[in-house]
Amino acid sequence: MTALFTAPQPGLGQRVTHSLGGVAKARETGILLALIIIVAAATIKNPSFLFSADGFRDLLLTPSILLLVAVGQAIIIITRNVDLSVGSTLGLTAYLTGRLFIDVPGIPIVAVFAIGIVFGGLLGLVNGALVAFAKVPSLVITLGTLYAYRGINVLWTGSDRINSSDFPKAFLGLGTQQILYIPVLTLIALVVLIAAGYYLRNLRGGRELYAIGSDPQAANLYGLKVTQRVLVAFIVCGALAGLAGVLYAARYGTVNSQAGSGFELQAVGAAVIGGVAIFGGSGTVWGAAIGAYLLFTINRALPILGVQDFWQRAVVGVLIIGAIVLDRVLALRSTRKLVEARDAGNV
Amino acid sequence: MSSSTDASTPALELTRIAKAFGAVIALTNGTLALHPGSIHALVGENGAGKSTLVKIIAGLYQRDSGDFTLGGETVDFKSTAESKNAGIAVIYQEPTLFPDLSVTENIFMGRQPTLSLGRIDRKAMHTQALELFERLGVRIDPDRPTLGLSIADQQLIEIAKAISLDAKVLVMDEPTAALSGVEVERLFAVARSLRDEGRALLFISHRFDEVFDLCDTVTVMRDGAYISTSPIADTTVEKIVREMVGRDVATLFPKEEAAIGDEVLVVEGLTEAGVFHDISFSVRSGEIVALAGLVGAGRSEIARAIFGVDGYSSGSVKVNGRVVPKRNPAKAMQLGIALVPEDRRKQGLVLESSVSGNATLAIRKQLTASGFLTKNAENAAARIWASRLEVKTFALDTEAGTLSGGNQQKVVLAKWLATNPSVLIIDEPTRGIDVGTKAEVHRLLSQLAGEGLAILMISSELPEVLGMADRVLVVREGRITADQPRATATAETVMLAATQSLEAAK
Repeated sequence: MTALFTAPQPGLGQRVTHSLGGVAKARETGILLALIIIVAAATIKNPSFLFSADGFRDLLLTPSILLLVAVGQAIIIITRNVDLSVGSTLGLTAYLTGRLFIDVPGIPIVAVFAIGIVFGGLLGLVNGALVAFAKVPSLVITLGTLYAYRGINVLWTGSDRINSSDFPKAFLGLGTQQILYIPVLTLIALVVLIAAGYYLRNLRGGRELYAIGSDPQAANLYGLKVTQRVLVAFIVCGALAGLAGVLYAARYGTVNSQAGSGFELQAVGAAVIGGVAIFGGSGTVWGAAIGAYLLFTINRALPILGVQDFWQRAVVGVLIIGAIVLDRVLALRSTRKLVEARDAGNV
Repeated sequence: MSSSTDASTPALELTRIAKAFGAVIALTNGTLALHPGSIHALVGENGAGKSTLVKIIAGLYQRDSGDFTLGGETVDFKSTAESKNAGIAVIYQEPTLFPDLSVTENIFMGRQPTLSLGRIDRKAMHTQALELFERLGVRIDPDRPTLGLSIADQQLIEIAKAISLDAKVLVMDEPTAALSGVEVERLFAVARSLRDEGRALLFISHRFDEVFDLCDTVTVMRDGAYISTSPIADTTVEKIVREMVGRDVATLFPKEEAAIGDEVLVVEGLTEAGVFHDISFSVRSGEIVALAGLVGAGRSEIARAIFGVDGYSSGSVKVNGRVVPKRNPAKAMQLGIALVPEDRRKQGLVLESSVSGNATLAIRKQLTASGFLTKNAENAAARIWASRLEVKTFALDTEAGTLSGGNQQKVVLAKWLATNPSVLIIDEPTRGIDVGTKAEVHRLLSQLAGEGLAILMISSELPEVLGMADRVLVVREGRITADQPRATATAETVMLAATQSLEAAK
């Protein structure tokens, strides 16, 4: 089992060292490779993993909600922040979705989506405002709102549970429907992913997010609107968690007060595994998306490959630590090169 | 050199600018006029207010009073973005680049050329970056990340940034501090061509040969105030140094005569590549030796290496004839070295802990009775030193963080003196301490030397160095460039040794 996961890594390391500019690409190719190997291995062991209608659908469908949250998280981490409250935001929005269908009979599905996104954005705004204006590290703020939002959720939900019978058929259909074999949920996630990827790569605002995460002080000296950009990043991250909350309700049909708990760490994990450096300034949402798929697919593939249940989490842990260590090693390597070059120049 | 600087209106003019941070007055009279087509030098001691002035020009700080005009019109910059938009580019001592982003992106961040719908035109950006570098006559791959570039290359990117902004005023804050001879020449060539294009340049440097080589006008500042401006042709290094120092320093902090005994601390050939080179000196008991020099010359690094906080590649340190091992502060303490660091709040004190807790921190082991530490034992030990050093506090359980700077320094001193050291290394003993308490700290040091302690004092303040030290070692760029006894050391000789670059010394 270990061979499976360590195998692609030396190759990855070598390719990375070839050129610094290729780091990001190599990282994404590396984990994409890991994903393909896992899917291939699981499929060889049990062909229905990929080649049954359900198997293929699940492969695409299950990680889609995490993908949305991971994209938001990646945007935040790129600015050298973190949002730990996304799981709670997701849960709160999922419950709100259920309440809307129960309390406002006949409400259009589009309106529910809009309300969920705006609501998530507002929760993100609270995070962003506290981080940007109170100048408290986002880790602390969002750890606080993680509990606060969940607390509100518990207070509001109580022991209540929203069941699939409370949702309109058309809404639940969204959770499982497919267009040309591709689940609708996956399509929505893809659209968001492409939009975010395009923004981060091709628009000024997106590039400034990288600059801010790369060196916040330099960004300030440079005259970039650091506060405003970080605030917007948190709103977007919250809005995506809100969208994910609505889709969560559509996908699973039941929502209780604990919906989405633990999502925040999976989202951080997906981003980090996907090559979004935890120190900010580098990585892409594409990597985070592949990371999200890798996380979920591993969980499904390991039992098929005969790995016992309790090892699964350990494997995820190894992946996360491996990704962070790899980032650190690369950073140290280039710093050392800089010092050597400087000394050679001086003597 | 072109000399059409008199008739035109200044590109940038500062008149009687004042700036205070709370009770600390950084600038009382900042006055400066930069003309188009001129390279203007700004010189002054550490803490003379140069950096504050630069930050006001950059829009990072806002002035409290005074006039700030740009091309004849009054301006009020609230942010660095505003000053940049007005055509001012500032190159800070440390380049401020985004290490993860490409060279090209660093140049154009925030104002990238765009296609329709705001899409960044990478091709155009790339071409423009190449054009800029061609104009500067340098070869840097525009697509590589700035991470890993030398300081010199990073500075050139900053300059490329300034040119692409079409800045009318270019401020360079000690750009040559980290550059080698060739790199300095290349930078100067670029600076001259910018001057010839009619831009106004401000050049801040401690190296007088560079100032005289490059600049046409020089302004001297001292203690946050303007002293003089003169054409470079009409002045001399000696005159500038006199204006920079400009006060009677001999009488401020008299050290009492102490019996000078045997060599206690002996440092031989200490070298760490890129930090300090071939550092050899000794300190005798009863002697105060000052390590003078500019900020960043490597003095604190030498102290940290002696104490064992940082390593070194060759050389040796001995205390009372016994070798102090590398990278082992605990052993250094045991052998009798005490280090009072520069940043006492961060490295010297536990701010949340009490005065007595802090004062006895280094001797905890000796105070414990069968493994337990009692408040009484702590207080008893602390009381001795608190009273000897006259720490002004109501109670020994006052939180150290609430004390004044001077009293904090005394607590740190108490902590180390309690270990009964034979060598005291003290880094910037009076930084951030008000004038009255300063004299008291000096009296203390003098008294300790009188009791036979060997003291190595790092100080950036010339009056302190000249008043307190029996011997002055001047460090410049990681090397000791002068060793002057008290009798012959003057502000001018120390300043010259601290600033002349290697070429001039040869």
